[in-house]
Amino acid sequence: MSVLVYTESENGKFKKNALEVASYASEIAKQMGTSATAISFNATENNSLGEYGISKVLNVTDDKLKTFNAKAYADAVQQAVEKEGAKVIILSSSTDTKYLAPLLAGHLKAGYIPNVVGAPQSTSPFIVKRTTFSNKGFAFSEISTETKIVGVSNNAYGIHENKTTATVENFSPTLNDGDFSTKSIDIDKVVGKATIADADIVVSGGRGLKGPENWGMIEELADVLGAATACSKPVSDLGWRPHGEHVGQTGKPVASNLYIAIGISGAIQHLAGVSSSKVKVVINSDPEAPFFKAADYGIVGDAFEVVPQLIEKLKEFKAQNA
Amino acid sequence: MKILVCISNVPDTTSKINFTDSDTKFDTNGVQFVINPNDEFGLTRAMWFKEKQNATVHIATVGDVSVEPTMRKALAIGADEAIRVNAVPTDGFFVAQQLANVVKDGAYDLVIAGRESIDYNGAMVPGIMASLLKMNFVNTCISLEIDGTNATAIREIDGGKEKLSTTLPLIIGGQKGLVQESDLRIPNMRGIMMARQKKLTVVEPVEGITATKDTKFEKPAAKGAVKLVTSVDELVKLLHEEAKAI
Ligand SMILES: Cc1cc2nc3c(=O)[nH]c(=O)nc-3n(C[C@H](O)[C@H](O)[C@H](O)COP(=O)(O)OP(=O)(O)OC[C@H]3O[C@@H](n4cnc5c(N)ncnc54)[C@H](O)[C@@H]3O)c2cc1C
Ligand SMILES: Nc1ncnc2c1ncn2[C@@H]1O[C@H](COP(=O)(O)O)[C@@H](O)[C@H]1O
Repeated sequence: MSVLVYTESENGKFKKNALEVASYASEIAKQMGTSATAISFNATENNSLGEYGISKVLNVTDDKLKTFNAKAYADAVQQAVEKEGAKVIILSSSTDTKYLAPLLAGHLKAGYIPNVVGAPQSTSPFIVKRTTFSNKGFAFSEISTETKIVGVSNNAYGIHENKTTATVENFSPTLNDGDFSTKSIDIDKVVGKATIADADIVVSGGRGLKGPENWGMIEELADVLGAATACSKPVSDLGWRPHGEHVGQTGKPVASNLYIAIGISGAIQHLAGVSSSKVKVVINSDPEAPFFKAADYGIVGDAFEVVPQLIEKLKEFKAQNA
Repeated sequence: MKILVCISNVPDTTSKINFTDSDTKFDTNGVQFVINPNDEFGLTRAMWFKEKQNATVHIATVGDVSVEPTMRKALAIGADEAIRVNAVPTDGFFVAQQLANVVKDGAYDLVIAGRESIDYNGAMVPGIMASLLKMNFVNTCISLEIDGTNATAIREIDGGKEKLSTTLPLIIGGQKGLVQESDLRIPNMRGIMMARQKKLTVVEPVEGITATKDTKFEKPAAKGAVKLVTSVDELVKLLHEEAKAI
C-alpha cells in the first residue's frame, strides 16, 4: 500500500502544481506510515520529485501520450494504482486533471473530493477540508470507500521540500484503440505567458474600462508583473475579451497570490470565483463598489489615471529590485 | 438523436450561504432554487439540436419532489419529457450511478451535463457516468457540433482551448460558451402552460454506493477592513513590504 500521485508536466518539465501535489502526497504518506509514488508522463527530470519526498517515480514514456488524453491517462493511472496497491491517490485541480479524475473515480469505485485546501484533518476516518458553494463555504468531507482520490486546489497547500531519493522505474501501461476514441485535433493556446490557472498574479478588468480598446494598459500592467490577464463576465459576453478570460462562479476560478481588479464592481458571482486569491487589490472610481468590502488594498480612483501611474511605479520598482 | 440533459437544482447564484444543524447542513431557508447555470447552457444547446437537427430532448434530475419546479422550468424552456429519480442526492458518485441507469434505460445518444454544480462543486457526475457507461466524454465543453454519429467539440484548457473529434454515444460536461449568453431563454407563458402537460416520470433509485459525505461546514473567516491608499507609491510599498505579493 502506498500513496500514488499524478504529476503533470509540460514539454517534459513538471508544472508547479506537480510539485504541490508531490509535497501533499508525501505528507499524507508520512501520516499514514507509508511511502509516496508518483506517476509521470513523458517527464524528463523525474529524479527531482525526490526533493519533495517522493521515493519512487513510475515514468511513462509514450509518443501516443504526448498530448493529454483524459481516457488514456485515466487508464494508465488506474493501472499504476493497481500495480502499487495504492489506496490514496493525489491529483491537482488543473483543467486536465479535473477531466481525468472523475473517470478514474468511476473506474476504481473510489470516492473523489476536489478543491481540497489542506492536509487531511485525519486519515482514519479520511477527512479533508475543501471549498464548496462556489467558495462561499468550506466542507469537511469524508471519503468512505477503500480507495480515495483527493484533488488539491492550486496554490493552497504550497510546495514543501522534504529530501529523499527517488528511484525511477519505466512503466508501460497497456492501452488500446478505445482509449483514443476522443482525439485532439487542434490546440490553441498562449505560449510563454502566464495562465489564469497557474499565475502568481492575475490582473483583471471589468466593464469600468469602457471598451476593448482600453485593454492595452491592462496588458501592460500584466506584462510588468508577469501576470495573467482576466476579466468579468459581461466583458467576455460583450466580446471585448475572449471567453477563456472570464473568471468567477460561471467562469474560471482564480487562486493566485495577488488579484488586481480594475473597474470591476464585485458582484457576488464574481467574488465567488476569486475569493481564494490571497491578496486582493481593487481599483474603482466608486467608493461604494462592493468589491472594496472583499479587498485587502484599494484605491478609489479613475482607472485611466491610476493604472498608467501604477505601471510606471512598478517599472521603477522592478528596476530597483532586479 | 436522443439527448438527455442532466439538470441539477441549485441555489440562485446571488444566495447567501448559511449552515444549520450545528453546521452539518446547508440552510435552505429563504433560498431560491434554479437550474444550475452550466446545465442551462447545455439545455439551450440541446434546444438548438432539437430545432435544427430534430433531436428529442429529455431532462433528468436526481432529487425529491422539491426539485420539480426547477424541472418544470426546463420543460417550459422546451425539453420534451422529464425523468426524476426519486432520491435525495447523497454524493456525486451516487448521482452518477442513478443517471447512468437512466441513460442505459433510455438509450440516449448524447448526454449533456454541466462541468460542475455551483452548490457542492463536485465536478464529477458526468465523468463518473462516462466511466460507468464506457461512453466518450468531453469535459469543460464550450462548443459542440454533431454530424451523424460524429461529434466535434471544443473544450477549455488552461491557457486556451482544444478541438476534439469523437463519436456518439457521448457525454459532455458543459459550461458557458456552449451557446451565446443572448441565446438563453426565459420561459414564456405558452411554454409554462405547455410544461404542465408534459410527461414527468418518477422512477425509484437503483442500488448504489455513496462514496463521500460532508461531515461539517464552515464559513470563510470574516475579512479584515480594506486598506485604502491614495497613491500608487503607497500601494506598491504595501504590496512589497506588508503583503509580500510582489
Ligand atoms: C447566473 C449568473 C452568473 C454569473 N457569473 C459571473 C461570473 O462568473 N463572473 C462575473 O464576473 N460575473 C458573473 N455574473 C455577473 C455579475 O452579476 C455582474 O453583472 C458582473 O460581475 C459585473 O461585471 P463588472 O463588475 O465588470 O461590471 P459593472 O457591474 O458594470 O461594474 C463596473 C465597475 O467599474 C467601475 N468604474 C466605472 N468607471 C470606472 C473608471 N473610470 N475607473 C475605475 N472604475 C470604474 C464602476 O464603479 C463599477 O463598480 C453572473 C451573473 C449571473 C446572473
Ligand atoms: N442531482 C442531480 N440531478 C441531475 N443531474 C445532476 C445532479 N447533480 C449533478 N448533476 C449533473 O452533473 C453536473 C455536475 O455536477 P457535480 O458533479 O455535482 O458538480 C451538473 O451540472 C448536472 O448536469
